[in-house]
Amino acid sequence: MGKVMTGAQMIVEALKREGVDVIFGYPGGAVIDIYDELYKTPEIKHVLVRHEQGATHAADGYARSTGRVGVCLVTSGPGATNTVTGIATAYMDSIPIVILTGQVPTKLIGNDAFQEVDITGITRPCTKHNFLVKRTEDLPRILRAAFHIARTGRPGPVLVDLPKDVQQGKAEFYWPEDLKLRSYHPVYDPHPRQVERAYRLLESSTRPVILVGGGVIASGAHEEVKELAERLNIPVTMTLMGLGGFPGTHPQSLGMLGMHGTYYANMAVANSDLILAVGARFDDRVTGKVDAFAPMAKIIHIDIDPTSIQKNVRVDVPIVGDCKRVLEKLLEIVKEVGRPEKIWREQFKEWWEQIEIWKKRYPLSYKQEGEYIKPQFVIEKLYELTKGEAIITTEVGQNQMWAAQYYKFDKPRTLITSGGLGTMGFGFPAAIGAQMGNPDKMVIDIAGDGSIQMNIQEMATAMEQGLPVKVIILNNGYLGMVRQWQELFYERRYSAVKFQVTPDFVKLAEAYGALGLRATKIEEVEPVLKQALESDRLTLVDIHIAPEEGVFPMVPAGRATTEMILV
Amino acid sequence: MAERKHTLSVLVENTPGALARIAGLFSGRGFNIDSLCVAETLDPTLSHLTLVTYGDDLIIEQIIKQLRRLVDVYKVVDVTEEGEFVEREMALIKVRAEKETRAEVLRMCDIFRCKVVDVSPKTYTIEVTGPQSKLQAVIELLKPIGIKEIVRTGVIAMKREKKSL
Repeated sequence: MGKVMTGAQMIVEALKREGVDVIFGYPGGAVIDIYDELYKTPEIKHVLVRHEQGATHAADGYARSTGRVGVCLVTSGPGATNTVTGIATAYMDSIPIVILTGQVPTKLIGNDAFQEVDITGITRPCTKHNFLVKRTEDLPRILRAAFHIARTGRPGPVLVDLPKDVQQGKAEFYWPEDLKLRSYHPVYDPHPRQVERAYRLLESSTRPVILVGGGVIASGAHEEVKELAERLNIPVTMTLMGLGGFPGTHPQSLGMLGMHGTYYANMAVANSDLILAVGARFDDRVTGKVDAFAPMAKIIHIDIDPTSIQKNVRVDVPIVGDCKRVLEKLLEIVKEVGRPEKIWREQFKEWWEQIEIWKKRYPLSYKQEGEYIKPQFVIEKLYELTKGEAIITTEVGQNQMWAAQYYKFDKPRTLITSGGLGTMGFGFPAAIGAQMGNPDKMVIDIAGDGSIQMNIQEMATAMEQGLPVKVIILNNGYLGMVRQWQELFYERRYSAVKFQVTPDFVKLAEAYGALGLRATKIEEVEPVLKQALESDRLTLVDIHIAPEEGVFPMVPAGRATTEMILV
Repeated sequence: MAERKHTLSVLVENTPGALARIAGLFSGRGFNIDSLCVAETLDPTLSHLTLVTYGDDLIIEQIIKQLRRLVDVYKVVDVTEEGEFVEREMALIKVRAEKETRAEVLRMCDIFRCKVVDVSPKTYTIEVTGPQSKLQAVIELLKPIGIKEIVRTGVIAMKREKKSL
């Protein structure tokens, strides 16, 4: 006999059994019962956000930085709809979060009741899976399944909709230790023959590149990537989501590829004869014009999600499986065959000579000259002062790209950024989540003056929780990335990109009880950053940067990745 | 790459929302649905869904993979690719049948082995079952006489021999 519990008790019990230690949420009429149980459950820390979107991004930041499932809890109706952007953000980047939404009582569903919305209907296309719980006794099984589905296979957000009467009803609690989902079987182990074929292609290639995507970070395959790259002497490039999956300071790193990738990464990929893609999905920002993408290359594509393979580019050796396990198998073959490292080195010698030429021709560069502070300079200083050891979150736009280019990410889970959906307003609440999950680490949100205003209300959350998050606002007074496109492709018609009013960020910080700092001159940057990094509370740094600085290199949308605008 | 018609057999958990997930997948990703037929199987916890779609090989591959990715989808088989299969569709056709045409409609029914399932002074309602090509032929022949209303079930299909789904 299971213990008889209310639905709300079951929900909290299930969270405990799943090892949840923190929830990001916002209460409301349809979840009061759960909140009442949380009141009695000190072992689960609840972070009260100021907007439900903030709760999802915070749960997401927590998940990305710790590798664990992030959880948020919101009420029905508007509480639920406010989570949608956060859910879609997590979905696009394959981040495991569980979203618990309150719902009107089952009898009222469909009646247009107060604060009723069909949230399972709304989120069907942007969740990995979702559930509407109809009976109290189903709660343990469904919640167990929700966490399982969120974290296994290709991870993703799972939403569980919880009608109020289901929370209030009583039933026996049975916890299904060995959960059986007959229709859900992610494939982890690769087909051995495919891995052998991959090895043979590597052996016969002369100009290979390893392409590291977010899957490397999700599966924890960074060590295997490094071992393989070093043993075989192959250059490595990363997608935005893959940054940190291979050390950015490694001599074999080509940095990021794609629309704002390095010249040498894009040239290397375009001229390669073999691409070993690990957990990357060939997004349009990576491939540019697909027909012109790596025309001479054979492609080995490792991905846990079969739909990623053969979706955007043709693949020669598809390998479905967990990146880490596939690379382990590949390394086994490498060791078995035992080809001396000298031979690998010899084989790619000319290739490396060519890459060195590209590297020298157009290194990633900017000029800190004139009176304006260059954003790249700020990021480099930040990198220097944090010794590359901070967890960096970003907003979306130029700030994100400068961060990706100039902060060298050596470790996985140190760059937290909305890659797929490109959600402005993500970075700050994500930093709150990351700081909750990593209380001893330095967490910094690199922001723009546009993005930061999209979830600025979460300053109160950070203050309430005593989180020493640092927000570095690269303030150019523009919606910079759109302005850059207008400059380059719309003959400088700056339509709706100049803010006529922007708050005084220093005063704003002070209004929330946070520390506000400002740098308007080059020589102020370092001392202000130092002061921020030493601060033990939420700190906003308003750095006035060159207003019309652009992000380069840049591949215009829809063009081949070799057609880069270099400065 | 040439576009081709494919008939997919899908076994899916008989849960609320499962059909919406599949329909949403097709609309959200811009895939085509020609017809869709759903009903319970012998196991009441599973539904069987026959789906006719078209596209080039890459698109069909994506459709099948995307269907398999859905947590509720138990099994997907591309019947078209699995050798011979039996395909059936049923239509109810209400056709104008007045003095001069009543006999002709009945003759047509006889030839195509259709059944008259409802009769009124001015119409016959005909039930026709068969592969899509047969339905198409009947419809074309009845058109000049005057079809007042038509309802089709969409295709169901089954592989021949023992290799059942």
